[in-house]
Amino acid sequence: MSAIVALMLRDMRIAVRVGGGALMGALFFLVLVVMMPFAIGPDLKLLARIGPAILWLGALLASLLALDRLFASDYEDGSLDLLMTGTVPLELTVAAKAVAHWLTTCLPLVIIAPLLGLLLNIEMRAMGAVALTLLAGTPALTFLGLIGAALSVALRRGGLLLAVLILPLTVPVLIFGVSASNAAIVEGAAFGPPFTILCALSLAAVVLGPVAAAAALRHGLE
Amino acid sequence: MRLQAENLACNRGGRDVFAGLNFAIEAGEALLVTGRNGAGKSSLLRLIAGLVRVSAGKLTFSGGAADAPIGEQAHYLGHQDALKPSLSAAENLRFWIDFLGGGKAASASLDAVGLAPLAGLPAAYLSAGQRRRLSIARLFAVARPLWLLDEPTSALDAAAQSRLAELMRAHLAGGGLIVAAAHGPIGLERARELKLGPP
Amino acid sequence: MKMPVIDLAKPTKFLALVNRVLPWLIAGTVIFFAVGLYRALNAPDDYQQGATVKIMYLHVPAAWLGMAGWGLMCVAALGTLVWRHPLADVAGKAAAPIGAAFTFVCLVTGSLWGRPTWGTYWVWDARLTSELVLLLLYFGVLALYWTAEEPGRGARAAAILALVGAVNLPIIKFSVDWWNTLHQGESIFRVAGSTIDPSILAPLIVMTIAFTLLFITLYLAAMRNEILRRRVRAMRLMQAQTLAEATS
Repeated sequence: MSAIVALMLRDMRIAVRVGGGALMGALFFLVLVVMMPFAIGPDLKLLARIGPAILWLGALLASLLALDRLFASDYEDGSLDLLMTGTVPLELTVAAKAVAHWLTTCLPLVIIAPLLGLLLNIEMRAMGAVALTLLAGTPALTFLGLIGAALSVALRRGGLLLAVLILPLTVPVLIFGVSASNAAIVEGAAFGPPFTILCALSLAAVVLGPVAAAAALRHGLE
Repeated sequence: MRLQAENLACNRGGRDVFAGLNFAIEAGEALLVTGRNGAGKSSLLRLIAGLVRVSAGKLTFSGGAADAPIGEQAHYLGHQDALKPSLSAAENLRFWIDFLGGGKAASASLDAVGLAPLAGLPAAYLSAGQRRRLSIARLFAVARPLWLLDEPTSALDAAAQSRLAELMRAHLAGGGLIVAAAHGPIGLERARELKLGPP
Repeated sequence: MKMPVIDLAKPTKFLALVNRVLPWLIAGTVIFFAVGLYRALNAPDDYQQGATVKIMYLHVPAAWLGMAGWGLMCVAALGTLVWRHPLADVAGKAAAPIGAAFTFVCLVTGSLWGRPTWGTYWVWDARLTSELVLLLLYFGVLALYWTAEEPGRGARAAAILALVGAVNLPIIKFSVDWWNTLHQGESIFRVAGSTIDPSILAPLIVMTIAFTLLFITLYLAAMRNEILRRRVRAMRLMQAQTLAEATS
């Protein structure tokens, strides 16, 4: 079996097994979205209008906080040393871990987003738009978050540092993601342009993220 | 094959852990690195593995793959076991075999360290000695010329230690090299000793 | 080396008891459901809501059992933390998923019931919102059980959360009611009329008993499964250790 595929399968297996990784992100997403109306008030019309924004913020936070453990557990048990001495370039190794993370953490978010849209009274079309933008935008969140995860492991710090580092970088993803979702609700707003920019951001992150994360690991873990 | 260090120095956190180190070992030879705690034994091993930067001097490994870094031609057995508690012993081993480039079958390697009956057990349930043996199985399974062992006999009972000594002898007989850090003898009779510490 | 303590005395007697009682419980459940469904489907429709009011026969028992499940978890929690009863861990762990499932059914039926009235599938009224928070608390307990590597540790953590949750639930209910009255006027929802006609009440009671019997049946079966699961785990561990000692 190819080394990269073996790594992806291993990470996915662990995430599904310990019962933690896989569904915890989706659970956090749910809890966050339920919290919002307590703060905003149950006005259904208001919730429907800002619903896409709530869903995007929830997905953003859920996917970032779950990244905290991405390298930390490998660092703690010595696996990271061995991962860095494999025959696979470190950039591909971290990319494989990011893909496994996206499949086990972000994909559930995308799947339950329409259900949460029900809670927020978002209309059908907008829910489809939100799910689609999440599908296109969460890779950007994961691969950008990869950089933060690598930096925080190299610096031996906890999860909030990761959020502080990465959240500003994810601003474009958030803007275009919500923009595209709103196009389904607001008259006259276009879906196409923000959505294609969102896809471009994801593709750029897929390249930039692993390169920066590998550099962070190499230089930080002396 | 030959591993050679000339005037090697290692700097961690602004402190020179060691400096001016010279040694050379050929195929079939072993180097035993001794010294009190903090002398830099682990740092030396990590430096050879490529996990720590060389701050001065030169480290060369000739006779192996030309353009691969030393780390990719070495097995690093550190203090930790690199095992995932939720995966079984066999799954852990199989993963490392696949990731490190392939080699013997996981079942045969587990046999070699006497862990075959525990193959399906989650690694969380293994004792410290069993986890150590599982890490050693990795060395047996994937063929790499240089072995970097950091206190390999810790947590091992007498039977496991003699098994490890057998594996090391077989590796050296096949033309491999070993650099091991330990506080005492680990079963290599004709190893050269490198003592780290203040002169 | 981890050698779990297997207290065989009490769980064995308990298993024997369950095996004897379970067939009766299943029979009772089936009978009550048969009677209850017949009465429920033949009960009069509500003059306002029509036939959809019959969802109540599902919704009300589910609501009660969701809360009963949490109460059961609290009793089990006291058993784990205070009295150290060997079966308390299992009792708590078995209650959580069943209680959560009934809470979920309550939410879904409440949502479907309200759809014709509100026009949407969800509205943030006090009762449904409290049920939703209860479901989230259930998810928390379930997360604790699922992420613990040793059953014992997870059980103690979940027990603490169950008790904390029980203390918090009235506070949450009160605050949600208060929050809802703040925003009153945007959504008004009544479960049923202010008085319940006896022709609707009788089938409701029968259905409630039926669901309660179902709960008890599932619960005892779940406890039995958990006990057996722990035995299998302990036996695997012992077998592996003896094998390892023999070959090392």
